[in-house]
Amino acid sequence: MTVHKGRGFAAINYPIGMNLGGDPSQALVHSNPDGKFMVSLSSIDLGQGMKSVTRQIAAETLGVPVEDVYVDTADSDTGPHCMGSFASRGTHRVGNAVIEAAKEARAVMLEAAAEELEVNAADLVTDGRGNIHVRGAPSRSITTGEAAMAAQFKQGRTVSGRGIFLIPLSEVSPETGEMTPVSCFAHAAMIVDVEVDDETGEVTVAKINSAYEVGRALNPRLVEQQLVGGAWMGLSHALYETTEPYYPDRAHGPTDFNTYLMPGPGDIAPHDIAILERPAPDGPYGGKGPGEMCANPVLPAVANAVFDAVGVRVRELPITPEKVLRGIRENGGVRPSRRAASGGW
Amino acid sequence: MAIEFRKDLFADERDDDLNEIGKPTQRQDMLGHVTGRSPFYDDHLFDGLCHIRCARSPHHHARIRRVDTSAAERMPGVRRVITARDVPHNLNTLLSLLDFGLDDEELIASERVAYKGEPVAAVIADTERQAREACRAVRVDWEALPHVLDVEEAIKPGAPAVNPAYPGNLFVYHGKYDHQKLRYGDVEAALRTADHVVTGRYQMSPIEQAPIETCGAIAAPETNDRFVCYTSTQALFFSLGTAVKLLDVSSARLHFIGGTVGGGFGGKVDSLHEPMAILGTMLTGRPCKYMFDREEEMQVGAPRGAERWYLTDGVMNDGRIVARKFVGYFDAGATTRLSSYAIIKGVGHLPGPYTIPNVYADVYCVFTNRTPATAMRGFGVTGVDFAIESHMDEVADTIGMDPIELRILNAYRDGDMKAHRRLAKNTALVECCQVAAGKAGWGLSQAARAASSLTGGGGARAELPAFTATDEHGRVAGFSSGSYAQGGRPAEPTGRGDPRPAPGSAPRPEPRHEPPRHEPPRHEPSRTPEPRREPAYAGAPPRPEPPSPAPPAPGEPPRRAPTRFSSISGLRRR
Repeated sequence: MTVHKGRGFAAINYPIGMNLGGDPSQALVHSNPDGKFMVSLSSIDLGQGMKSVTRQIAAETLGVPVEDVYVDTADSDTGPHCMGSFASRGTHRVGNAVIEAAKEARAVMLEAAAEELEVNAADLVTDGRGNIHVRGAPSRSITTGEAAMAAQFKQGRTVSGRGIFLIPLSEVSPETGEMTPVSCFAHAAMIVDVEVDDETGEVTVAKINSAYEVGRALNPRLVEQQLVGGAWMGLSHALYETTEPYYPDRAHGPTDFNTYLMPGPGDIAPHDIAILERPAPDGPYGGKGPGEMCANPVLPAVANAVFDAVGVRVRELPITPEKVLRGIRENGGVRPSRRAASGGW
Repeated sequence: MAIEFRKDLFADERDDDLNEIGKPTQRQDMLGHVTGRSPFYDDHLFDGLCHIRCARSPHHHARIRRVDTSAAERMPGVRRVITARDVPHNLNTLLSLLDFGLDDEELIASERVAYKGEPVAAVIADTERQAREACRAVRVDWEALPHVLDVEEAIKPGAPAVNPAYPGNLFVYHGKYDHQKLRYGDVEAALRTADHVVTGRYQMSPIEQAPIETCGAIAAPETNDRFVCYTSTQALFFSLGTAVKLLDVSSARLHFIGGTVGGGFGGKVDSLHEPMAILGTMLTGRPCKYMFDREEEMQVGAPRGAERWYLTDGVMNDGRIVARKFVGYFDAGATTRLSSYAIIKGVGHLPGPYTIPNVYADVYCVFTNRTPATAMRGFGVTGVDFAIESHMDEVADTIGMDPIELRILNAYRDGDMKAHRRLAKNTALVECCQVAAGKAGWGLSQAARAASSLTGGGGARAELPAFTATDEHGRVAGFSSGSYAQGGRPAEPTGRGDPRPAPGSAPRPEPRHEPPRHEPPRHEPSRTPEPRREPAYAGAPPRPEPPSPAPPAPGEPPRRAPTRFSSISGLRRR
């Protein structure tokens, strides 16, 4: 029995938002009399942090602290239409709708403040901590709560806003495939180090090094959560998961988590991540959507690492010990790449 | 695990001095999640809640001669047994909300099942156990039919017809072709001049989205003749629209509540649970829950579908890839769901993040007798990225080049023309390659380290090909093009409840990996990188089109497709 080390690389890009557009999302924002804001959506939080990222976007745009904003999602009676949480569209599409709604609400809030301070609304700025003041004259100020109260109890204004974001639907040429698929792309590159046991065919992922370009990381912890979890999911897809182990034969389909294989805690590889931020011109504060693309590079990177280690090109996912062993046997033994054989790693 | 933010890169394109954006603010819902108090759909329980379970097909493909529910109806606790005739409008396609494709799926099978696990009856009972036991008492007189499970077998002449809306077992694109084409430059000519031609076949098996919370919905009567539905959907109004169509009710009568989901990953867009739960409530007046168990989630619920890809690259000795050709098959399973759309997304993604002057793809959405496939994280792209990036290493190995150097050499850069005929912008592939290599201590040449997404693109690389070889292979007749990527009605409508055509009776296209080469019509390159609605191809006229199918006969029921999206997009031309 020998364990062979190998290293594999992959690079990818990924389209953000529903392909071809035509997928609107809407947002409503309003303030209560204390200047605390509610964002009403019908978008879904799948655990990816939709509520949190839209909350930060709303707070940034309104110019109020994030504690003064709450996001309510997914009630068809109160939330305006949203196409849904899929296709990496949540942050990009809903985020833009929230910006538009928050801008409108902010404008009313500043109008109300201007009336109280007897200045021009165009001269007012927010400090992000709950105060509105005259640009260059911080002493001439009013709190966002006072402005909201004045608007609703003295001036008779609703401090509210509406937003929608829609990229118009693109046609597709039947003849050439000409189309306008999406407006921005996220990127990733990854190097996976594996160890392949030539007696069992088992592949162990020893280390992942990656670089992900996500537009702007609107919340770095949410980005980290997506990238770490997504890479795990990609690893699981590469090496373990299938509902049809002998596809296209339907036999031996797993029916529970005892037979549907996934990596356990001991199989999680150390993963060092670099995050690059090239803001998308049409993304909310430049944000793209890291949620889907982070799993994609793992599959080919693992396949390339297995080839590097033992010379077996597994062309059918998942890369099971059975396939690795059959490949080694077909090749008449282990054939590590020139680089792996010479200790190049 | 270590995370670093490379703020030094693209710094001049960002304002990093914002109040809330870029801060690691804790999630609004964190405390609820970690203390187990966040409400999910299954936490909304009602007095007298009934449970719905389905009797399912044990066959891959079978005719339903008779469904006998009488014994099941007499079982203890059973309130009602639902069959196909109880569904108000028992035919839909998920993307009818986008006016994309033909209705091809029943909520409950009426005359035929086309995959193992397809529901033939639904039992509503006081307890889940009673519902399960009654399902076993549903008697179905089956006539097993020949089935097909392999995508390339399914499109051979004589293969069993899986889906009556598409008798050739292939989704029809634009009412015109049995696949989606991508044609950019002249791949065959470029392959002839390449120093090396590298071919490969790659395949991805179906996988499960595997959410901890299985798909489901709970419906209950609300006041004012409305129904409330708590759901695990990833797309609230998408699911609401599907329920409106299948149940033939006004959207004003439905109140959907969701928003906190125990894992989706793409598997909760299909919306079969909401209409079934609401239908149960409509028929019994009781709150009803319809929820997959784990076995259903894994073997009946739609997985990420399988894909098979054939790649052919032409590469020069110096590493420049001059041609890339794809033939791809998406295994949709028995019905379309979202596979057809994923192919459009996949084709728009080709040839991956590289600037290649000649690109060709034929991608087929194939129907087989398996569980319908649906979306999953990376949908439409994951499978072909596995193929492309495995193939890149095969190419690197062939010419003896470092795999990362090969990627950087061919990487797309700002200002490059892409194969879908739009200019690339905001690219960052080169930098990702460099940073990943640096982290792992993978040495790169001076040229690779000096490369940038910001430079080296555009210019001649922004030009469309001087000549693009086009063809009409895979042309189908009998479908009309109502909008950008849909068929209209088949020439011989297979209306609701119609017997499906006998296996092998329908004319069948024969896609080949090598399409026939006719004298290619020429068209001049357009210099306009902006979106254009009507690409105009000058030059020799294409072959005459077959006569248009006859318009629908008067008195035929109109196709049901909510108009909200299509009217926005201006695509409905009927």
